[in-house]
Formats: sequence, structure tokens, C-alpha cells
Amino acid sequence: MLRGVFISAAIVVAVLVNSTLAYAQSFLNGDWVGAFHEDQPERGPGPELGDYLGIPLNAAGRQYADSWDASRLTLPEHQCRAHVSPYIYRGPIRVRITEEVDPGTQTVIAIKHFLSTYAQERTIWLDGRPHPSEEAPHTWMGFSTGEWQGRVLKVTTTHIKQGWHRRNGIPMSAKATMTEYFIRHNSVLTQVSITEDPVFLSEPLVKTTNLTLDAATTPNQYQAWLFCQADDEVPGRDPAYVPHHLPGKNPYLTEFATLHRLPIEPTRGGSETMYPEYMEKVKAMPIPPAAPAKR
Amino acid sequence: MRDAVLRHLVIVAAAVLFAMVSAGVDGRAQGGTAVQPRRESGLYTMPIQGNVHVIIGGGSNITVQVGALGAVLVDTGLAQNADAVLASLRQLTPRPVRHIINTHSHADHVGGNEKIGASGAPISGRGVAQVGAGTAPRAEIIAHEETLNRMSAPAGAGAPMPVAAWPTSTFSGKHKEFYYNGEGIQIVHVAAAHTDGDSIVFFRRSDVIATGDIYSTVSYPIIDAQRGGSITGVLDGLNQLLDLVIAGEKTEGGTMIVPGHGRISDEADLVEYRDMVTIIRDRTQDMVNRGMTIAQVQAARPTMEYDGLYGSAPGWSSAQFVEAVFRGLRPERSSQ
Repeated sequence: MLRGVFISAAIVVAVLVNSTLAYAQSFLNGDWVGAFHEDQPERGPGPELGDYLGIPLNAAGRQYADSWDASRLTLPEHQCRAHVSPYIYRGPIRVRITEEVDPGTQTVIAIKHFLSTYAQERTIWLDGRPHPSEEAPHTWMGFSTGEWQGRVLKVTTTHIKQGWHRRNGIPMSAKATMTEYFIRHNSVLTQVSITEDPVFLSEPLVKTTNLTLDAATTPNQYQAWLFCQADDEVPGRDPAYVPHHLPGKNPYLTEFATLHRLPIEPTRGGSETMYPEYMEKVKAMPIPPAAPAKR
Repeated sequence: MRDAVLRHLVIVAAAVLFAMVSAGVDGRAQGGTAVQPRRESGLYTMPIQGNVHVIIGGGSNITVQVGALGAVLVDTGLAQNADAVLASLRQLTPRPVRHIINTHSHADHVGGNEKIGASGAPISGRGVAQVGAGTAPRAEIIAHEETLNRMSAPAGAGAPMPVAAWPTSTFSGKHKEFYYNGEGIQIVHVAAAHTDGDSIVFFRRSDVIATGDIYSTVSYPIIDAQRGGSITGVLDGLNQLLDLVIAGEKTEGGTMIVPGHGRISDEADLVEYRDMVTIIRDRTQDMVNRGMTIAQVQAARPTMEYDGLYGSAPGWSSAQFVEAVFRGLRPERSSQ
């Protein structure tokens, strides 16, 4: 835990030192598009089943992921679910950033993100309002407040719906909170996100995502996900049926390791797998035989 | 089991009150909607949508529909909070309480019936006859007849609740409906779920459903087997709710849900809960089929990954929930 906090702090300090020298605040407005050079499997194709590498999963999170069946996404109530804010910037994404100003004072009271993925709208309040009570509804984007720390925008988000840290069953609980730092370097916008999930993670999950300014964005690049209508994908199925694997009976958990000739242990995730020194341990681990995974 | 449930009611109420008082003052709900500040009692109100609000902190969530004809309440919280509930209600409407709908018979949902009912008045005399000659006009209290049975007692026997708290209008079928304050109100009975007298209440124009304790965001479903509850009924109820709920655009909002306890929800929240209960039922069923004992099932922790979300409710532990599920299942010829 301490190592995680230390690394998070180091990243943030490095970012701040690099960014806060001369001016107060930054102007973030514009159309930004993902650079797509981080965690490529998350961006388009989606991660493989059983790939928990680098996620600080605790035992509860691992059991949830092991039990998850991708067929759950065929249920009508799951088909149109959006990514949650700690994950959505990993999606195939465009972000239009605008400001909401107080008409009387022209003070910026909120920064808004319109995210092309699932057409999500996110408001980051800058007017000092408190976060809602525990009983207020949760949303995919959550409730965000921001403050300028020099030229870096720090954002705190609560009230996020249950979602996923990785879209192969690794869950994110509705108790998760996220701290972000948005840093602009000319035409590059870097988002540093630190997600804490007391239910499914043992340490904060720290990610960075780069976006580049795109002056050639057209409206139709934002319209693909405006509406989603669930369909009956498996006719005749009992509507009360919930696909899942019983404990110890998921046949796909070793598929990722055997396919890529990796030891099993690191693919099971855990905070240790986040750190560079873990690579030395991995070298000494046995690699399972390259048998075809069960289908 | 019954002791456990009763203990739960008292402890949850105390915990909720403590949490409310210690949580401070809210400025605004999601999206900047105005929320009334918490009162000294710890109670506060939150608008849901349409004509419907919720009073939070009274022991259970109390759903309130307001309009020109007066107020309709779903549940009344604990008896000791009735004055505070009435004070919160006055923030929402100056008009009298006309109808109280009870979702079931537990004290944290019907405790305020007597005092809050007495503060109200029926429309066109309804409710006077039911409580006896000479009784002052009061709000009508509607519930499934099994809820009345649980709150009352045969002549000569001691009833768990005072007569003035009893439902004055009951129904025995699958549903009851009436039109009030410009919208249809559907009361749907869910058989043998949390208890044997459960109802969910659907405000159709406002598009808000009050679920009673079939759904909670802060605990596993409390199955009061002594009062006719069962895991099968809870799951049927959750699926019945999903049939009624329509998610809004982008799978958010739409039909809003007021759970018996916990945060205001929509379909996405409800389906996670339904999935969780189904998975735990399936795991337990598999263990029952394999002949495992209750001790073995509890030791296997079929709720493990969900305990951080639902396993810390005062008075209703994961082990108690697993036991209630286990007792409600019989071996099947084939498991999943």
C-alpha cells in the first residue's frame, strides 16, 4: 500500500513540478482525441479473458472476475451499459471540453467533457459545491468537483456506478472514488487518474492517458453512440437467468497465460504485479505447457 | 432468525440515524438539484422526480408523493422518528397526509403509522369507519392483508402494533391501484419475499418505484422466514421490479427506484443487485445439491466478493444471509 501511495505521489509531484511554473490555470477547451499508445488491448479489441496483469486486485475482486461470464453482456439490462469514468478514457474516445460560465460574472463554474464513447457527459464543478450525500444516485460519470493547482486541474469524483476496472470481468465497485490531474502541454492533454476501490482493490490503480488536440473533428465523430436499444439476443432464455461461472469451474482462466506462454501467477493480478521489480520474480516462474485452451 | 431480524431493525435504525447526524449538511444532489439541509434530527429530504420525494434518516426510506390533493407516503419509519418525519414532510407540502402505503410490517417501516396517520385526514371520509366509531379522521393506511395480519392479532391476543397503526384498507390479490395527485399509483404484491406481505409501489407518471425491503443498497436481502419470507420470493420480486423499470437514455436514470434502505437507484444499480443475489443463490444451490451442510456452505463463503458491499449491515451478517438462502433451498436433480 505504501509503495502504491509513494508512486502515486511521485507521479503527481513530477507532473506538478513540470507544469505549474509560470501561469495560473490552463485553457482546456477543444476537441481531444486519444493517442492510443497506452494499454492497447483496452482500446479496441478488448482485453483477453483471465488477463488480470497489473491490476491491484484483492481476493474479492479476483473472485468476482473469476466468476464473471462474458455472456452477462447479452442480458438486455447489460447490453447498453456505459463505461464508468475511471475506465472510459481508455475507450475509443474523443473528448470535447467546454466551459460553463456564470452569465453575470463570466467566471467559469464548470468544465464539461462530452465523451464520444457512449455519448457520456461529464460535469466538473468548479464553484465549490459539496459532493452529494451517500443516498444520492450514482451515475456512470459520477459527481466531480475540480480545483486548479497552478496549471493543473485536480478533479475529485465520487458517486460512480458499479462498473469495471478492465472489461474482462474485473469489477469496480460503487464505493470507488477517483482523483485526476489534467495537464496540458501545448497540443497534448495528459490525464492522470488514481482510482481507489476499497471493495475490489488492495492499492490505488494509477493510469495515465494522453489525448491530442484535433482541429479537424466533425460532429458525426461524436454521434455513433447516442442511443442504444437492448434486444433479445438469446430468444427463449429465462429472463431471470444470470450467466456466471461457479467457483473453480471457469475453464477460461488460464487461456491468456497458455496462449502467450506466461506463468499463471502474474496473470492473476494483485498489487505486486504493478511494480517493475516483479519482473525478476516472473523470470523464475514456471510456464505452463502450450496446450490449446478449452473452448 | 426472527430475533436476528428484529435485532437488525433496531440496529439499522440506530446506525442510519448516527450516519445521518454525523454526515453533515448536503448542499445539492446530483446535477445541482436542491436538497433540503439535514435537520438536527438527522433527517433530510431529497427530490426524486415528478411529484415524488424521499425523506431519509427516519429508520427506512420514506417515499412521499405530493400534490394538490395532499400527500401520499410509502412507509413511515420508526415510531420514535415520527415527529421528525412530520417536520420533514412540512418542508415538502403544507397539505395533509391522505394515504399511507405500507410495504410490509416491520417496525422500521410502519412505526410512524399511528402518529403520522393521526396527523392526516382521509378524502371523503375514507378510513374513519375502519378505525372505529368516535375516532378522529386520519389518513388511510393501505397494505397487503398479510401485513395487517402480521401487525394485528385475534381478539384477546396481544398485537405487535397498536390498533391505530394497523392498515385500514387491505388488498388480498396481486395488486391494488388508484389515481391520485394526477398520476396512477400501482401497489404490486410480491409473494413470500422479504416477508409474506410485501408490496412495491409504482408512481407511474413520476416514474418512481418504492421497493420496500426487497431491494437495499446497503445489505443483503433480509429474508424474514418467520414472517413468510424466502430467497425465491426475493428473486422473483427483484425480477418483477426489473420488468417494471425502464432505463433512461444512455442506461441511466429513467425509472427511479427508492430502496427500503440506502441510495436512490436506477435499473443499472438494481440489475447488479439482482445478479448478485442470483449468483449467491446458484452457488448455494450447487452446494446443497452436493449435500453440503450449512456449516460447510458458510465456510465456503459464497458471498465473499460481495461482503465489502453488503456484508457489514448491522444485525444481518453474510452468514445469516447464507443461512437464510440455504434453508430456503432443496436439492435439485441437476445443478448448473
